[in-house]
Amino acid sequence: MTDAPLYSILETRGLTMRFGGVTAVDNVDFRLRDGELRCLLGPNGAGKSTFFKCLTGQLTPSSGTVIFDEQEITGWHTHQIVNLGVGIKTQVPNVFDGISAYENVRLSARRKHIPSVAKDLTHHTMERCGITHLARRDVGLLSHGQRQLVELAMVLAGEPRLILLDEPAAGMTGEERDRLAGLVLEAARSAAVVVVEHDMAFIRQIAKFVTVFNRGAIFREAMIADIMQDREVQEIYLGKQANVA
Amino acid sequence: MEKPVTRDPGFYIMLAIGLAVMFIAPVWLDLFTIMQITQYVVLAVFALSLGYIWGFGGILSFGQAAFFGLGAYTFAVASINIGETTIPLILAFVIPTIFGAALGYFMFYGRLSDVYLGVVTLVVALIFWKLINHTAGPEYSIGEARLGGFNGIPSIPTLNIPGEPDAWLDPAQMFQVFMGILIVIYVALRLLIASDFGRVSIGIRENETRAALLGYDVRRQKVIVFAIGAGIAGLAGAMWATYQAFIDPNAFSMEMSAKALVWVMAGGVGTLVGPIIGCIVLQWLTLKLGTMALLNSIAVLGGIMMLLVLILPKGIVPTLKMLAINGWTLWRQGKIGGAVAKKAVKHD
Amino acid sequence: MDYALVVALEMVRAIAWLVLLSAGLAIIFGMMRIINFAHGEFLMLGGYTVVISTGHGVNEWVAMLVLAPIVVGIFGVLVERLVIQRLYGRILDSLLATWGLSMLMIGGVTMIFGNSVTGVATPLGGMAIGAYQVPRYNFVLIIAAALLLVAIWAVLKFTKAGLIARATMQNPDMAETLGIRTRWVYMLTFGIGSAITGLAGALLAPLTGVVPTMGVNFIAQSFITVITGGAAVITGTLSAATLLGTISQGTTFLSGPVYGDAALLVAALVLLRLLPQGITGRIFKRSI
Repeated sequence: MTDAPLYSILETRGLTMRFGGVTAVDNVDFRLRDGELRCLLGPNGAGKSTFFKCLTGQLTPSSGTVIFDEQEITGWHTHQIVNLGVGIKTQVPNVFDGISAYENVRLSARRKHIPSVAKDLTHHTMERCGITHLARRDVGLLSHGQRQLVELAMVLAGEPRLILLDEPAAGMTGEERDRLAGLVLEAARSAAVVVVEHDMAFIRQIAKFVTVFNRGAIFREAMIADIMQDREVQEIYLGKQANVA
Repeated sequence: MEKPVTRDPGFYIMLAIGLAVMFIAPVWLDLFTIMQITQYVVLAVFALSLGYIWGFGGILSFGQAAFFGLGAYTFAVASINIGETTIPLILAFVIPTIFGAALGYFMFYGRLSDVYLGVVTLVVALIFWKLINHTAGPEYSIGEARLGGFNGIPSIPTLNIPGEPDAWLDPAQMFQVFMGILIVIYVALRLLIASDFGRVSIGIRENETRAALLGYDVRRQKVIVFAIGAGIAGLAGAMWATYQAFIDPNAFSMEMSAKALVWVMAGGVGTLVGPIIGCIVLQWLTLKLGTMALLNSIAVLGGIMMLLVLILPKGIVPTLKMLAINGWTLWRQGKIGGAVAKKAVKHD
Repeated sequence: MDYALVVALEMVRAIAWLVLLSAGLAIIFGMMRIINFAHGEFLMLGGYTVVISTGHGVNEWVAMLVLAPIVVGIFGVLVERLVIQRLYGRILDSLLATWGLSMLMIGGVTMIFGNSVTGVATPLGGMAIGAYQVPRYNFVLIIAAALLLVAIWAVLKFTKAGLIARATMQNPDMAETLGIRTRWVYMLTFGIGSAITGLAGALLAPLTGVVPTMGVNFIAQSFITVITGGAAVITGTLSAATLLGTISQGTTFLSGPVYGDAALLVAALVLLRLLPQGITGRIFKRSI
């Protein structure tokens, strides 16, 4: 299951991110197989979000490489990475507040398609995400959970091959979270997905194989059931560091 | 905010008003008045240039006068040398556009943000102003045109009919041509804003990060928007030069840039009508106060700018629109009772 | 040898000039993230304070070193209470509002005092360095600039007030929870920045002539120095003033004052392109 010679759609080698004296991401080797759904877990400050930003181009790593679809993308601009087929949802929702939800999603759909196709894709994606009733509303006026769903629709409308989600369930109601879980699982059938999350209820709904970060490095990688039972993983969450022999 | 689709009745109303003014005013008003109101038309074009890049591109330029002046001087120098005004007018649009693209490349690809962007645009206008101010000697000339330093360039040719250098336009015709230009630019900008290019620009204005996250090259987009704004400002400068038949370094002044800012702020950032109205009202006010000599017009301009920022950050037109819409909703709630009203309100 | 000395002196004077011009603005921008675009007019007020008070018999040194800072400082506090305090966090709005204030002040002063230039005699006369005559006043400027920087640095680094000010600027919410009245800190900081600006305007008045529009020339230079310097008050202002002053003065020596002026502006553009957050955004990052 781990060192399978299957095709890696996303890979990092020796990825390191330093801020002044702090090493936030420490020599991380990461591999994601095509079509896989992976969750990134770990306590606060473990380096998950920093790692995430190195993948999206929002940060340029201090050293190491990031490879997407056999193309090295280390240090690339975000829009260049996105145009290779990566969809990104950031921790703090990044949406266009002053325009309607429909416009938001359409701008994503229009990136790769002619207007008529984009229009259909927009309607279809909004239906999938259950936000058709919000179409005409200005996004800035929506609730946090609704904005997250709009952002997800924007990501999906880009028809990405790799989807990166940073805390997508934050601020959602139970019902919204269930819908989100369904959407993520559905999206994972046609794309590879990486999810950074804290919400355990949500994680239990979607997680299969999990990567646990701690102190900037990968602590453990296993199936969710094993991780939940893992004593040492529990300890790092509680703050007692497992002694490295 | 202008509706993205040009099924907006407001658009046709504005167009109608513009055409009406263009054709009726010369018949109705005397020549002197026509000459007076021509300046509003020219300055309205200048206001639009800033209104577009700020309201629809998210670029706040503190030195829009740089392009205004550049267009004015380009026109002056070219028309004095060529003896005809058609090509100079085109040049006055093209050269500032190119310069705007270059400056834009310098700024946006250099990841300059808000304040620092404003400073750079301010500095560029200032550089122009300082340099041109010092070109008073006869050695500073381009072809037959002396730059004239702080004295400026006099005797700038009047617009002529294309191809006939001696067929000068009379004031009424010049007014009509300028109105025509204003209308064409207004329409062109509306269409541009409604196009996919325009919608992406609005997205960038709203959230640059998300625009990049959707795969759009934000820097390239901004350079194009900035360059277009520069070209329009340059065109306005040329119009100004031929209208006054004179131009001096004040075209590059900070006051000129400040005026554009106040007009757009007063009228409303995020509309095209706003800057035009803001320009007309405030310029009229400035001139009126100038003749009265009671209150210093600069003081008044400054006071208005402060009031706008502190009290009406959105500007006059959007505030009026908001009042109008809310008033309408309240009226409907009052007049129609119960379920019908609830249904009507939900649409917002 | 003498010529080299004179040139060096002129360079240092040019740097001191920029420091004096910019120190007040740097405090306000560096600590409060507010752009006071009426900065030039605050300088102008300092100059007018000197002109008016010496016209009424006040000793010129008292007028420059005591009266001008007090008058402009109080004016600054008024402005902060009435205008600035509504604009915290709105950096572009602060620029626009203070630009309006600047025009209001120019117009207002013009209405009250008229348009003509009033000269203030340069105190202390000249001295000879070799074959060249050099105004002694240059030394006053240089010493004043140096003392000012040292004083500001010392206050920020060593006094309790300085610590409170720095804490408030870095994290206002945290400062509030520690019992610091941030409203007061802002008000006093703006007041002190204004006072320093008033002092600078008074000191520079003999060299420029006092007229309502004198601030217009200064705003560009000081603004550019502060922005190029970046967020750190002392090191930012000093490094920017040194670089820009040297380049500007050097170019003036080679090609005349017009190109010298232009060189300052171009140098600033290049610096901003290379260091988009100003000098201390990249170098000397954690300094005061």
